[in-house]
Amino acid sequence: MRNWGGRVVPFNWRHTVYGYVQICYTPLAQRCYSHGGKPESDEEFDARWVTYFNKADIDAWELRKGMNTLIGYDLVPEPKILEAALRACRRLNDLASAMRILEAVKDKSGPHKKIYPYLIQELRPTLDELGISTPEELGMD
Amino acid sequence: MCMLHLTTGRVGCLLSKQVVVALTSSGARMSSHGHHEVSDSVDMSQPMYWDRLDTPLPDRPWKDVLDSTDKSLKQKEKGPWTALSKEEKIALYRLKFNHTYPEMKRPSHEWKTVIGGMFIFFGITGLVVFWQGHYVYPPQPHTFGEEWQAKQVQRMLDMQINPIEGFSAQWDYKNKQWK
Repeated sequence: MRNWGGRVVPFNWRHTVYGYVQICYTPLAQRCYSHGGKPESDEEFDARWVTYFNKADIDAWELRKGMNTLIGYDLVPEPKILEAALRACRRLNDLASAMRILEAVKDKSGPHKKIYPYLIQELRPTLDELGISTPEELGMD
Repeated sequence: MCMLHLTTGRVGCLLSKQVVVALTSSGARMSSHGHHEVSDSVDMSQPMYWDRLDTPLPDRPWKDVLDSTDKSLKQKEKGPWTALSKEEKIALYRLKFNHTYPEMKRPSHEWKTVIGGMFIFFGITGLVVFWQGHYVYPPQPHTFGEEWQAKQVQRMLDMQINPIEGFSAQWDYKNKQWK
């Protein structure tokens, strides 16, 4: 983790199966590829998902499918992906799902208690802009 | 779901903790689901609700039959969320979802049932074993008697059974006692 202006900034979080957080400082080739070719880098993975959620006319099914698939992966999504997902919730007028997403990523962090506060820290501007309260703020934890 | 056949002393409240949401629900909520469940089975051709840690967004909301307050709240949701109060946000969540993640992850009391059931079975087995020892087993062979055993030990020592490392090695022949 780097210390940058007093804030602790992990460069990249990867949550492996055995619960060890692998912190990568270089793009690691970790994504699967179904039919050969170069494995997808972390940036490509993130970009793909951000694009998915940024679709202007995303519908509720796509949001659900995207989130459920993303949570199924062995990782905690980057803040930028979550931001895109939260904005998608806003376009769909779905505050409850936005809160559910926050709960889900907290759960995905598992025993690593520092990940969720970091994500909230990164998402704070978006949360304030859209008016999304975290479950903690509403006393639902 | 409770895996164990519960003994009469432990039924009831323990089962209610293991309810699968789509199948049953608290009485107050029944009408708001819009299920038409005549039997206990779920209509799998309809979108289902679920509370799963690994699948955060189910196919349908928890409450899909909305009364007028709910409907007006949903209308308000279309506007800026900063205008919603905390209670309204909580209400919106509860409309869409049954349990929060912490509620899903709450510990159950099932382990008490399991351990308790285990001990009960041990106890019953113990009683059976005891009764069996008393009523079923034939009398012990005469070779188990105190006198016979003593004579047996003496004979084994006389024969010097395992004199180096074993039985007779433990006997002090000079002083006629165990070492």
